[in-house]
Amino acid sequence: MQAPRTEGDDSCLPELVSHLRDNRTGLREEWAQRITDAHLLSAMSEEEIFSEVTSVFDKYVDTLETGSVESLQEYAEDLSERIIPRGVETHEVLGIVLLLRDVLARSLFQKYQEDFELLNRVLDAYEPAANRIAVIVGVSFVQERERVIGQQQATIRELSTPVLQVRERLLALPIIGELDSQRAAQLTDQLLNAVRSNRARVVVIDITGVPSIDKNVANHLVQTVRACRLMGAAVLVTGLSSDIARTLVTLGVDLSMMDTVGDLQGGIEEAEHLLGYEVRKAQAASPEDKR
Amino acid sequence: MPVPILKQGHYLVASIQDALSDGEVLELQENLLKQIGDFRARGIIVDVTAMDVIDSFASRSLRTVALTTRLRGAEMVIVGIQPDVASAMVQFGLLMDDINTALNLEEGLEFLDRWTAERADADGG
Repeated sequence: MQAPRTEGDDSCLPELVSHLRDNRTGLREEWAQRITDAHLLSAMSEEEIFSEVTSVFDKYVDTLETGSVESLQEYAEDLSERIIPRGVETHEVLGIVLLLRDVLARSLFQKYQEDFELLNRVLDAYEPAANRIAVIVGVSFVQERERVIGQQQATIRELSTPVLQVRERLLALPIIGELDSQRAAQLTDQLLNAVRSNRARVVVIDITGVPSIDKNVANHLVQTVRACRLMGAAVLVTGLSSDIARTLVTLGVDLSMMDTVGDLQGGIEEAEHLLGYEVRKAQAASPEDKR
Repeated sequence: MPVPILKQGHYLVASIQDALSDGEVLELQENLLKQIGDFRARGIIVDVTAMDVIDSFASRSLRTVALTTRLRGAEMVIVGIQPDVASAMVQFGLLMDDINTALNLEEGLEFLDRWTAERADADGG
């Protein structure tokens, strides 16, 4: 069976391609119509869909003709880059490509329905090529999406751990959002480097923005505190909510080596005290001058 | 090469320049403890800025020196632990909670000054 198939490939593809070219307008319209009917690509307007449909169709036929996938792949990547920010989903992209495959297959059925033998050969040529195209388009969409997600994760990681210098030798680290192992490790890293470059002696870690804490996260915090100590910086942890405090006690995490202060303000005041700062209101000194 | 130990006022400064073998660590430990007595030093600073790795043996030996120093009426401070080294030590559970540490040599000297001043106050009162 294998031999006739390959033969069919060679002889039928040109015929197939010219058939698709001849019926370009009709097939394109039918495809666009079916996309709209299936409520796919709801994020795009009908005109946009039609223009994308046209170029996808042409690339599709080109790929069938030449068998070279490079230009299609390039186009698919470019297309994914354009449509992902608009909220197009994976199922929509796959749905569209499969619709095109169906539309074209139907038109082949219609044309060759008289000659079953020939139809078979044409389909033998058409199906593997069409499936390969569907796979390429789907895979490049998913890859592009993963790339975007990876990029966003990196951005979030960068954003989420600012180490702030409050005063000479005093750093504050407000932690916002869930902590996981990866983030905790990165945070420790960033903090230790900041301790070195700012020559910090006291660090205030504020966890008001951490919604929940488990054993792992608590241990990470303890590790961070210990590492800072090794570098000669004292650490104050502030903003433990009553829920979190209760959880920690229930879990039995040993926090005896962590100094905690109720809120960020208290922590900063305590740190200033440790560093020998004395903060006074400017007005408090002035009554003497007024006299 | 043995780690040079410099006398600086009432303090001894040991500046480790390279990764140490276990033998060299023991040698340093012995020399430090001996020189505390010889010079009647009030404090020791061990500078580990140049060390890329502080393993369990090194950290235990340093800790032993620190605790022994304390028994002899002096105080020890380890300075210059690098960020990566600090993370690694904590992850491997090499605890130094009872040991003094400071960021660099300058801070270490300042710490010892403060410590001796406090002790002098306590003795005076």
